[in-house]
Amino acid sequence: MEVAINAGDTAWILVCCSLVLLMTPALAFFYGGMVRRKNILSTLTLSFIFMALIGVQWVLYGYSLAFGEDIGGLIGGLNYLGFEGVGAAPSPDYGPTIPHGLFAAYQMMFAVITPALITGAFVERVRFKSFLLFSILWATLVYDPLCHWVWGKGGWLNTMGLLDFAGGTVVHIAAGFSALAFALVIGPRKGYGRFTMEPHNIPLTVLGAGLLWVGWFGFNAGSALAANGVAVNALLTTNSSAAMAGLVWMVLSWLDGRPSTLGISTGMVVGLAAVTPAAGFVKPLAALVIGAVAAPLSYYAIRFRDKRGLDESLDVWACHGMASTWGMVATGLFATVQVNRAGANGLFFGNPAQIGVQLLGIVVTIVFSFGITFLVAKLLDLSIGLRVTPMEEEVGLDISAHGERAYS
Amino acid sequence: MLKKIEAIIREDKVNDVKSALEAIGIVGLNIFEIRGHGRQGGIRLSGRSGTYQVDMLTKIQVNIILSEANLEETIQTILDAAYTGEAGDGLIFVYAVEEAIRIRTRERGHEAVMYPGDIDERKKRRFINDGIPT
Repeated sequence: MEVAINAGDTAWILVCCSLVLLMTPALAFFYGGMVRRKNILSTLTLSFIFMALIGVQWVLYGYSLAFGEDIGGLIGGLNYLGFEGVGAAPSPDYGPTIPHGLFAAYQMMFAVITPALITGAFVERVRFKSFLLFSILWATLVYDPLCHWVWGKGGWLNTMGLLDFAGGTVVHIAAGFSALAFALVIGPRKGYGRFTMEPHNIPLTVLGAGLLWVGWFGFNAGSALAANGVAVNALLTTNSSAAMAGLVWMVLSWLDGRPSTLGISTGMVVGLAAVTPAAGFVKPLAALVIGAVAAPLSYYAIRFRDKRGLDESLDVWACHGMASTWGMVATGLFATVQVNRAGANGLFFGNPAQIGVQLLGIVVTIVFSFGITFLVAKLLDLSIGLRVTPMEEEVGLDISAHGERAYS
Repeated sequence: MLKKIEAIIREDKVNDVKSALEAIGIVGLNIFEIRGHGRQGGIRLSGRSGTYQVDMLTKIQVNIILSEANLEETIQTILDAAYTGEAGDGLIFVYAVEEAIRIRTRERGHEAVMYPGDIDERKKRRFINDGIPT
């Protein structure tokens, strides 16, 4: 089959690749503003480092495990090791009108930000060395296989017809429930629950949320892998859900006191996470419903988590895990082939079976990511220790782990 | 005799207090941003989900070194300017100062904390012009 590279598609995905890359520093600032001032550099680094760490891992073997030739529906083969054969010619399986190398680079940015999302669970207390080891293990044992199951040609969930447009399962549910598992293992920050841990710089968080929204256009609309109508639909649904969730969160926060800036920013990110699996399959009006439901779901999930005394510090589970779980269900409700011929119809368009597939995808992702993360974190905790010493935690990780201070 | 006034006031009253002090000729002062709480306790702030209690509030501490002769007038000025009537208006402390030395001129004591156009100079001028003893 002779396939031609399309300049428009290629240009668009090149831009999207850069937009998704921007999301990792955006996330770093989104998280950085919410920690105490003694841990801002540490928190920034926990996210930032993935551009380097996965930037190497993905080229060496990550891409091959995720998108290499299928082995039993479970994992990619080693045929793309070191990006061998990943070049200017399009891949027959992925993005047939763009260079294969561009698809691989675009996917790299997803692999970079996903483990960065998890870091919200253990900021202000994780030991950097253990964190690095955990991250590389997580990328290899959780992300790469899961990515293959859902998006790889021959991946078993993909073959079953699971609809996950831009990473509801692979990115957000996986990160959210891994965050929950890690938080359970590492335990709360010193003094958690006894005194307030105020966010030290909310403007940074607002800046991060804004940049995340911008980057998310690349994340969701780029997942069409072409400059076409599906991409435009994904951009519209992404914007709609974020807008609605931001508004609803504002109202919830207002009813509890005053409309919080941090709350509104959080609501926007929740709306973005929720619509991610649905973006290229549902209409904008459905995206408004997705955002409207995601906001109270995450809002009260934070409350629930807090009441249980669980220090999943920056609410990755509540904001990403829960929102995207809803988003995956909503995809099974609202998906329609009128939007995307390559997709499927959901319950409201006469295909109740899709709900079953979506639920299976959710459960598999939760059990797999939570289970492996809990196991890996526990093993690391028992062997080399996950936490810094109480003294190092008290001083703050900026000084104790990195030997620097953010504000001199 | 030199005295030190340490006034802890509301953050939002700092400009009122500063200009009121300037009006009576208190030229030299330092201010610090401090955190603490007294009877006011704290306030509730909006969080990500709901609100949370913060007990340490930002307050302003104003430090003034002055002659005992000017003390009551200065205290009255601060009391008037910093007053709202709500809990959290603050406190004023007065201490005795052993010595003050201006580094540039090596003046000591009262001379060290005098400035051109300050409260003492104004009083002196009023005395010369109107014959009113201070």
